[in-house]
Amino acid sequence: MRPEVFKMIDRVVSIDPGLETIHCQGLVPHESSIFDGHFPGHPIMPGVLLIEAMAQTTGWLVLARNRFDKMPFLATVKEAKLRTFVLPGQNLDLYSHIQHEGSGFVVAHTKALLDGKPICNAELVFRVLPWPEGKMKDVVLKVAGHVEFPVADFTDA
Amino acid sequence: MSSTFETVANIIAETCDIPRDTITQESHAIDDLGIDSLDFLDIAFAIDKAFGIKLPLEQWTQEVNDGKATTEQYFVLKNLCARIDELVAAKTA
Repeated sequence: MRPEVFKMIDRVVSIDPGLETIHCQGLVPHESSIFDGHFPGHPIMPGVLLIEAMAQTTGWLVLARNRFDKMPFLATVKEAKLRTFVLPGQNLDLYSHIQHEGSGFVVAHTKALLDGKPICNAELVFRVLPWPEGKMKDVVLKVAGHVEFPVADFTDA
Repeated sequence: MSSTFETVANIIAETCDIPRDTITQESHAIDDLGIDSLDFLDIAFAIDKAFGIKLPLEQWTQEVNDGKATTEQYFVLKNLCARIDELVAAKTA
């Protein structure tokens, strides 16, 4: 995980065959410029970045479902609960489950666990839109390889 | 069993905190009720769940953007409810 550049996921561990649930992992680094300000002498992962980690987890699942045809963009965060502090060196297990896929949007239940214990959860809504012009899709596909996303299984190229 | 309109009006009232008695069959969800696209996602989610359908929002938006349809055709509530009834009928046919 490199939270200072919003790389919140280290690896995609599994996607269930029905494409309903994904499991990812992210190791909170011991060193990051994020901790310079949050907080000086008392490093804690910002809650907004935990939500971002859950959103990115969901994003990979949405991309698997639509085979990279469209890009999910976080639109709503509901019922977010940040249950405990997350500290440098802790390894997060991130899960997302699709609750509903509508026309142009997805609703998901997401959670993060630490040693099996829930540390945060939220309901997230994404708009699922055509890729913007430019290199975004190529960049996302490149990142997919870095996080061990099974690209070949979920792309037609 | 409540009518399609009653169900939709109740969803809108609860989702967007709009007084139920201000929502009529002639209300335009966007122009009259002030519902924006983000709130409409919540409404669409609730409608999809309530009726077991999938509102084709992308198709409707494309038709409006292409000038092939007006927002009134899809977002005046009596018209929206007619579309929902069509989708429910198609599902059960």
